[in-house]
Amino acid sequence: MRAQLLAAIRAFFEAKRVMEVETPLLCHATGTDPQLDFFTTEFNLSPQREKLFLQTSPEFAMKRLLAAGSGSIYQICKAFRNGELGRYHNPEFTILEWYREHFSLDDLMDEVAELLLQLTQPYLQLSLVEKISYQQVFKQKTGLDALQFDQRAYQQFAEQNQFPDAISICQDDHALWLDFIFSVSVQPALGADSICLIYGYPAVQSSLARINSENPLVSERFEVFINGVELGNGFFELADAVEQERRFDQEIENRRLHGLPDVNKDTLFLSALKAGLPDCSGVAIGLDRLLMLLAGIDSIEQVLSFSVRRA
Amino acid sequence: MATYSTNEFKAGLKIMLDADPYTIVENEFVKPGKGQAFNRVKVRNLKNGRVIERTFKSGESVEGADVVEIDMQYLYNDGEFWHFMEPNTFEQHQADAAAVGDANLWLKEQDTCTLTLWNDAPLSVSPPNFVELTITETDPGLKGDTSGGGGKPATLETGAVVRVPLFVQIDEMIKVDTRTGEYVSRVKD
Repeated sequence: MRAQLLAAIRAFFEAKRVMEVETPLLCHATGTDPQLDFFTTEFNLSPQREKLFLQTSPEFAMKRLLAAGSGSIYQICKAFRNGELGRYHNPEFTILEWYREHFSLDDLMDEVAELLLQLTQPYLQLSLVEKISYQQVFKQKTGLDALQFDQRAYQQFAEQNQFPDAISICQDDHALWLDFIFSVSVQPALGADSICLIYGYPAVQSSLARINSENPLVSERFEVFINGVELGNGFFELADAVEQERRFDQEIENRRLHGLPDVNKDTLFLSALKAGLPDCSGVAIGLDRLLMLLAGIDSIEQVLSFSVRRA
Repeated sequence: MATYSTNEFKAGLKIMLDADPYTIVENEFVKPGKGQAFNRVKVRNLKNGRVIERTFKSGESVEGADVVEIDMQYLYNDGEFWHFMEPNTFEQHQADAAAVGDANLWLKEQDTCTLTLWNDAPLSVSPPNFVELTITETDPGLKGDTSGGGGKPATLETGAVVRVPLFVQIDEMIKVDTRTGEYVSRVKD
């Protein structure tokens, strides 16, 4: 089944004339996102014995190719995230990531839906494709405004819905509240027998996305869900090297505050941005989770040859 | 007592929450894309059996609960406490009515039960899955009735009342499933 899936993906991009690429798994730098923990290793080459990172995603390397003029590209590769293990998580997993030059975020969302419909069609009957903004879906499921942080209202919601522990965990951290409420009260119902694309993530959760030019509270980021499972995340890519460096510095500072492992910002990536990243949108899909859905299996271990416990 | 990080969480782990001992029933690792990871757990309060849901930020630590399960022999009831003995060490423990709970319906002297101890004090008592008890009271059944279809209540030596087939009589010994409180069979000497 995995082999069929990979073949179908390659055929899809072949037909669209998107080039397959391969970038290093072992890198000198990695993402600074405080929510992503990485694996490091040491390069046994005297005299420096440099620290190398296993990539948490191929994003930086692929953007360097884009900046160098590759045109639209895709990659199927392994990514590594330390400390993640659960029904939907294995620290080593397979990503499908692709970038489309001159695609708006909306164009890319359409392409994601097209690909997923094609891939799931032999196995699942998905009835529709739904696009809805984060603010709208949040309001629908909770009555709360996701963009304007109202701590009292959020606390009340937590109390009424039997998760008062959110109050002490999240305190006055807007992004944390959103993560909590979204995963408990919103996500499980998303994409019931359909493909659900949520766009317009709050700017406090922008990560590597651009901020919307008209509304500074919203970022150009989307996620895709089927049957309550998060399958992928896409951005209209931030191309401003100064803004990117500012976010890196902020995240590095944040890591320091929380006593997380230190990481250097990826200077090669930054200089690629300075040289000029073409306007593009990119997305990553977790293929193991997609396989779980196709096979109707509820544990990631069962779609891996050997999960980390037995690897 | 040791502390456990959320990534050590698994079903059966005993932890302390709000000064009560709990056992983890279910642990789910939840991580929204690019967001904070949480552990959503269902835990059972070992004192009252209630199951609640709790959420932890992944990476947090929780104090472990000193809870062990030990097989012990039931000795006797002195009117207030039920007394049990560890067969290997001969160490005796007394459990109060709160800890014994419904198990008292099935406790027969010398039977082996499982005691859950928290800080060495009995927290709960589980009777064996099957016990053999003598009937002390039941209506005389009709002669010739050989199988189910109806049945009648019978009081056992421990005070428990179970439904038995009509042909079972006073002073007979029967086997009962303590998990369902149902009659299984007669016990022949």
